[in-house]
Formats: sequence, C-alpha cells, structure tokens
Amino acid sequence: MSISITLVAQLIAFVLMIWLVNKYLWAPLSALMEARRKKIADGLSASERGKHELKLAQERSTELLREAKDKANDIIAQANSRSNQILEEARNNAKTEAERIVAQANAEIDREVNRAKEELRAQVADVAATGAERILKREVTDKDHESAISDLIARI
Amino acid sequence: MATENAGGGPVEYIQHHLTNLHVGEGFWQLNIDTIFFSVLLGALIVFVAMRIGRGLRAETPNGLQNAAEGILEFVDEQIRDSFGSRAPKIIAPLALTILLWVWLMNFMDLIPIDLLPAIASGLGVEYLKVVPTTDLNTTLAMALFVFILTVYYSIKVKGLGGYIKMFLFHPFGKFLIPINIVMTAIDELAKPISLALRLFGNMFAGELVFLLIALLTLGATISASLLIWFPLQVVLDMAWIAFHILVITLQAFIFMVLTIVYIGMAHTQDDH
Repeated sequence: MSISITLVAQLIAFVLMIWLVNKYLWAPLSALMEARRKKIADGLSASERGKHELKLAQERSTELLREAKDKANDIIAQANSRSNQILEEARNNAKTEAERIVAQANAEIDREVNRAKEELRAQVADVAATGAERILKREVTDKDHESAISDLIARI
Repeated sequence: MATENAGGGPVEYIQHHLTNLHVGEGFWQLNIDTIFFSVLLGALIVFVAMRIGRGLRAETPNGLQNAAEGILEFVDEQIRDSFGSRAPKIIAPLALTILLWVWLMNFMDLIPIDLLPAIASGLGVEYLKVVPTTDLNTTLAMALFVFILTVYYSIKVKGLGGYIKMFLFHPFGKFLIPINIVMTAIDELAKPISLALRLFGNMFAGELVFLLIALLTLGATISASLLIWFPLQVVLDMAWIAFHILVITLQAFIFMVLTIVYIGMAHTQDDH
C-alpha cells in the first residue's frame, strides 16, 4: 500500500511504454497522416493550378481563333482584289490587242487602197497612152477627143 | 477466494482485496500484480499498435487504423491547444501513452471484482489486485516522470538562472523572497502529487465502492432476504459500472491534459 521499489519499476515501465508507443504507434501513424495531409494539400493546389491553366488556355484558344478568322478574312479580301485586278488587266490587254488589230487592219486597208490607186493610176496612164495612140492614128476631132475623154472618164 | 474469506467478515474481505501480491517488505516491496497487469496492458497496446502498423494504408485506412488516427488527432489537438506548433517531440507519445495506458489500467476496474482474484486463487495465488492505478506506486511513478520533464523543460526554456529566479521572485515580487521560495516550491510539488493522488484516489474509491456492493450478498445463504439483496446488488453494480466508465475515461483524459498543461506551462517565458 505504501511507496516502494514498485514505483521505480513502474517508472521504468512507463518510460519504456512511451518509447514503444512512439516507435510503433505515434511515429508511423503521424508520419502517414502528415504525408496524407500533404498529399491532399498538394492535390488541391494542383487542381487549382489546373483550373487556372485551363482558363488561360481557353483565353488563348479564343484569341487564336479570332486571329485566324481575321487572317482568313484578310486573305479572302486580298484574293478578291487580286482577281479583280487580274480581270481588269485581262480586259485591258484584250482592249489594246483589239485596238492593235483594228489599227493593223486599217493600215492594211490604207495600204491596199494606195496600192490600188497606184495601180489604177498606172492603168489610167496606160489607157491614156493607148487612147492617145488610137487618136493619133485617126484624125483627131473634137468629137473624137471628146468621146475619148468621156470614155476615159468613164473608165476611171 | 471470496467465499473463503466470508467467515472473516467484511473487514477481512476488503483488506484481502486491498493487499497486493508482493515480494519483499517495506521499501523493497515489489507489487508483482501491479507490474504484471500494467506490463500486460502495455504489451496489449504495443501488440495492437504493431498490428495497425503492419497494415498501414494512406489511401484506404481500415477500422482499427481509423480508430487509432481518431485518438491521435484528438491527442494532437489537445497538444496544439496548449503548445501551438512548438511542442517538444516527446510530448505527443507521452500524452498518447498516458491516455491509452491509464485508460486500460483503469478499465481493469470494470472487470467483476472477484473474478480474476478467484481464478488466481484457483491457481494458487493468494492475493491479487488487478487495477494497477489503485496502486499509488503506478500513479506516482507517472506523475514523477511528468514532474522531471517539467523541471527539465523549465530549465531548458528559462535557463537555470530563470528557473531559480522563478523560485525567488515568483508570486510576490522581490521583497518577499523567503515566502516566494516556499510558495513556489509548494506550487511545483503540488502538481505531481495532485496528479498522482487524483488518479489514485478516484480509482481506489471506485474499487472500494465495487467491494461494498459485493459485500451485499457476501457469505449469504439461500434465504428469503437474498431475494431483496441480490437484485439490489445487480442494479447497484450496473449503475456503478455505467458511472465508472465515465470516471475511468475522464481520469485518463485529465491525467493526459494536465501533463500537457504542466509541460506547456514549463515552456512559457515568464516576464516576472
């Protein structure tokens, strides 16, 4: 009933128990719980980060989409103006070509006319000469002269 | 055995129950039953702890691990309440050991009071006291260890000078140094003594009440009066067990919390 050596024994037992409880219960379990707590905290922060990144990516994708649309619109407008330009050029080319051909034809015609005139002139001279010959062979009268002249005129 | 002592009357019955199985006399008396049961219960704690430790799973804790984690969190909460985050490493296992071990030792009180001594006497062991915490040696041993830790941390935190200063100037300032020394010494010594006596007293009284209830039908012969006493004993026993479940839990909890508080007080820097 009184204080005795049992106290010393119990004291040793108590210290041993603290050591054993620490070794087998507290240390492993608290380490595990700490690890779990950290894991949960990490997971939460990771999900938070993921959310943030998703938001950024969404913003970025929207911007990219908008840029692409703008670019496409630009390209279409450019293509339209280019096609108009090509059309215009072709039209101009055709016009100048046509003008050139017309001018060439006109020149040809002029040349032909001149050539014909030249020929005609030569023939007139010829005819005149022939006429003059015929007249000279016969008596040249006023009447003859007149008829020759009128004949000449008619032939011209 | 109870029936053997019946002839000796209630006094001898109670005295028999309050005698430890021991070897040696005087200071060298070693209470074998106290040591046996406390070590047995300690081994039970370690055994269960090892079983939990083998199957530790962080992702899917099972039943036993959940229970252990619950107790651990509870203890940790008590520690954080009085220490903040700067608790020394020993305090957590110390508090957990006290809570579990003291509770289990107290729990021995709920085992029918004559059961284990009867079995023991059947095996030829004359005396057996099954509740280690009804032995002042057990409670005082734990309280002394807490006291040693308190002094250690007081000196560690305040420095030896600070610790002595606490004795010299503590309650009344520098003009009443002799009174201060006496007051502080009483103050400091009262902590472990009250810690030990509170647990011992509660458990001892609890066991005594169980003994008194057991006395109701002690040595009774088959008679009409047994019809009154026997049901009364059953009802009283149940009521006291129900109440005592609270007491043993509360006492284990109080021992743990006071331990934390005392060591926590040792950690506070005094401005006096």
